[in-house]
Amino acid sequence: MLTKNEVKEMDKFILKVRLETLKEITNLGFGHIGGAASIIDVVGVLYSKVMRIDPKRPRWEDRDFLVVSKGHAGPTLYATLALKGYFDIKLLETLNEDGTSLPSHCDMNLTTGIDMTTGSLGQGMSTAIGIALGNRLNKKDNYTYLILGDGELNEGQVWEGAMFANQYKLDNLIAFVDENKKQLDGYTKDINDSGDIKKKFESFGWDSYYIDGADSEIIFNTIEIAKSVKSKPSVIILDTIKGQGYDFVEEAMANHHMNFNEAQVKRANELIEQFEKDLKNGNY
Amino acid sequence: MSNIELSKENKVEKLEMRVALCNTLIKLAKKNKEIVYLDSDLMSSMKTVEFGKQFPDRTFNCGVQEANMIGVAAGLSSLGKIPFTHTFGPFATRRCFDQVFLSGGYAKQNIKMVGSDPGVTAAKNGGTHMPFEDLGLMRIIPDMTIITLTDTTMLKDIVLQSSKNYGMYYLRLLRKNAVKIYEENSSFEIGKAIEIKSGNDVTIIANGIMVSEAIKAYKILKDSGINARVLDMFTIKPLDEDAIIKAAKETGAVVTCENHNYINGLGSAVAECLSEKYPTPLRRVGIKDKFGQVGSVEFLKEQYELTAKDIVKNVKSVLKMKK
Repeated sequence: MLTKNEVKEMDKFILKVRLETLKEITNLGFGHIGGAASIIDVVGVLYSKVMRIDPKRPRWEDRDFLVVSKGHAGPTLYATLALKGYFDIKLLETLNEDGTSLPSHCDMNLTTGIDMTTGSLGQGMSTAIGIALGNRLNKKDNYTYLILGDGELNEGQVWEGAMFANQYKLDNLIAFVDENKKQLDGYTKDINDSGDIKKKFESFGWDSYYIDGADSEIIFNTIEIAKSVKSKPSVIILDTIKGQGYDFVEEAMANHHMNFNEAQVKRANELIEQFEKDLKNGNY
Repeated sequence: MSNIELSKENKVEKLEMRVALCNTLIKLAKKNKEIVYLDSDLMSSMKTVEFGKQFPDRTFNCGVQEANMIGVAAGLSSLGKIPFTHTFGPFATRRCFDQVFLSGGYAKQNIKMVGSDPGVTAAKNGGTHMPFEDLGLMRIIPDMTIITLTDTTMLKDIVLQSSKNYGMYYLRLLRKNAVKIYEENSSFEIGKAIEIKSGNDVTIIANGIMVSEAIKAYKILKDSGINARVLDMFTIKPLDEDAIIKAAKETGAVVTCENHNYINGLGSAVAECLSEKYPTPLRRVGIKDKFGQVGSVEFLKEQYELTAKDIVKNVKSVLKMKK
């Protein structure tokens, strides 16, 4: 359990990630903002209060690992890594530019602090499992975290991995499903309904939770509970909204990838100003 | 550097390739604790069950999940493990191509992928299980090292080398008995073709089971006064362009032979090299862009024109085009 102060620190960090991610994408003018936004809370929780990491030793073998299988949410991870000191925060201005080290989709060979290259949906499930398996083989007491999208659950490979992780009792693997209810072409229920995700994972033998994906304290506490469960991998399904935290993105129907129009740029800048004010005034 | 002694008799080996693989992996795993083995429910078919018995916590049978298997191998590789994966050729390459390409190749991981039952040797498993395109698929992935293992001597050395070199490897593996081409303890240089027969009238470039067919063709041709050079181009990527150009310069005509579609495999690789660097008449012996079918290996070799007779026919035909 966290103290009131620790929760406030955590929420402050999450707000910083929210601010920097918006600045990053607004500076570029386009990006996968919907799905990047909806994982800001969980990534913020992970990097502020959960993960065993050392920004000065990004390949520290005892660290906790993170695979963002929904790789298009790279910008959120970049903002977080920059804030933690993995690399110069100025680099965020180079998102997706020619010759950049911050490409649209997570790349372990380009960006310091990224544990696995992702981008083709479903593949991060397997690679995260491989990492968890390898860590157990090396007798580490660390955790491997994995973030999946709910649209991503369309991919069969996710379920191959789910079956395998249960077979190998990977209790050092904690997955999150960002249930923001949408995928690129619309609502998941209209494209290919993922149904009751918690029940699905439970039927695969996983220890499963369904929680508010915008409540940092609940996210933190659930991770703690998941860690205590042995012999089963855990999945925490996060009830989120695509574009969470950015009103103009939440409101847009096509918010998987957005090319900001004038009005959106204007609103983004207003929010940036608002977030900066909130940080200054302790409004988090 | 290579150190090769050619077998004089070219007999069918008693030791099965799959058993040699298992034995070699066990030997390597005893010395190097980072070696791990993954399979997609074909350990019994591959006789690698013994590896699983000796190293139970370093063996991961994923069941019938080739895509997951490659991803898991990539994750293991990212921690410094040396994963050897196995499934049948088509499932190792075309079934999980995106996973091999991205989680393996693009992510710059270190997976040694074994694809077994090459081309027509899938025999009674038929057209669904016959990889006529595995080399072609792997060839289009940057930085991949692609080797067709000729016999158990080569297997032992190449598997050892692959475990020591960083990078994505595809090893095309005949499952059962190969024809012995190399004496025990020969060692090979990856990327360098082996001259099995010297000759200056024409060059026959072969790999895998076609090497012994090429040797048979060599003998038939010798009897008609044609002196063929025979190369075992066991590495298709990186390609031994020097050997190809030298052969083109010195013999003036080339015939490639592969147990693979003649599109995208050895023939195409050689054609690309010759066309750009030393245009030379070329004929490709291979499966002429057809699907597979059930049959004995002998029947299928006839069906798909992969016999010594077919090689001879193609040699005579390419010689007509020689300047």
